[in-house]
Amino acid sequence: MQLPLPLPAQVPLSWYLILSVILFVTGAAGFLLRRNIITVFMCIELMLNAVNLTFIAFSHQLKQVDGNLFAFFVMVVAAAEAAVGLAIILTVFKNRSTLEVDEVSSMKL
Amino acid sequence: MDALLFLVFAAIAVGCAINLVLQTHPISSALSLVGVMGSLAVLYLLLGGEFLAAVQLIVYAGAIMVLFTFVIMLLNAGAEKKPSRKVLSTAVALPLLFTLAGIGAYFAATQTPSADVVKFGAFTAGPLEIGRALFTRYLLPFEVTSVLILIAILGAIVLARKEI
Repeated sequence: MQLPLPLPAQVPLSWYLILSVILFVTGAAGFLLRRNIITVFMCIELMLNAVNLTFIAFSHQLKQVDGNLFAFFVMVVAAAEAAVGLAIILTVFKNRSTLEVDEVSSMKL
Repeated sequence: MDALLFLVFAAIAVGCAINLVLQTHPISSALSLVGVMGSLAVLYLLLGGEFLAAVQLIVYAGAIMVLFTFVIMLLNAGAEKKPSRKVLSTAVALPLLFTLAGIGAYFAATQTPSADVVKFGAFTAGPLEIGRALFTRYLLPFEVTSVLILIAILGAIVLARKEI
């Protein structure tokens, strides 16, 4: 199939890495700039996904399965982290009735 | 064809990621995150990570995001009332983040040889390869992970009790 645009037939590895950087920085921006604790948590998941993309890109490049396994472990840890983190969010909301991160800045009630 | 698929799904991923950060309502952010994860699953397939693409869709876009939407609906979380942050902190944070992105992209572009191309089908990590490595070389981390999940279950149950 001939493409109208002058695209390379195969994608360079660096494009995947640059995409990963963009996703990671977007997640970091949301982590720093948003107030809602659930959105902040979702931005953490976005950063984890960006790192997973790097692992799998290098796994493909080095023709070794290890990168895929690291990404697999990251997913498992992210699932465990999501369960505990959402339980913490529920507890915070039960005690303070707010989801704004700035209003839960002190440890004491 | 590879490049076209990559560009389409990379554009979807970046668009959904920016939408995630810009939306004020958590449900819109959650749906954007599902979009990011779905398009990343396609990119994993292009990179030969067949097993990881399936796991990404089942575990991430399925289980974890259902947990997120469940919590959002349980807490009846509405849109943020106040504007996101002070103008000054945004003005400081954004240039620094763009600098970080620039440095990262620069190193990604210069440190990888330009001859390194992602050839579809040159490498596949299906369930066979993953399982073989997981139960031989990575057996100890795999078992430790089961302990981690057990601790996470206990922690979630303790946190969800009434009296805390």
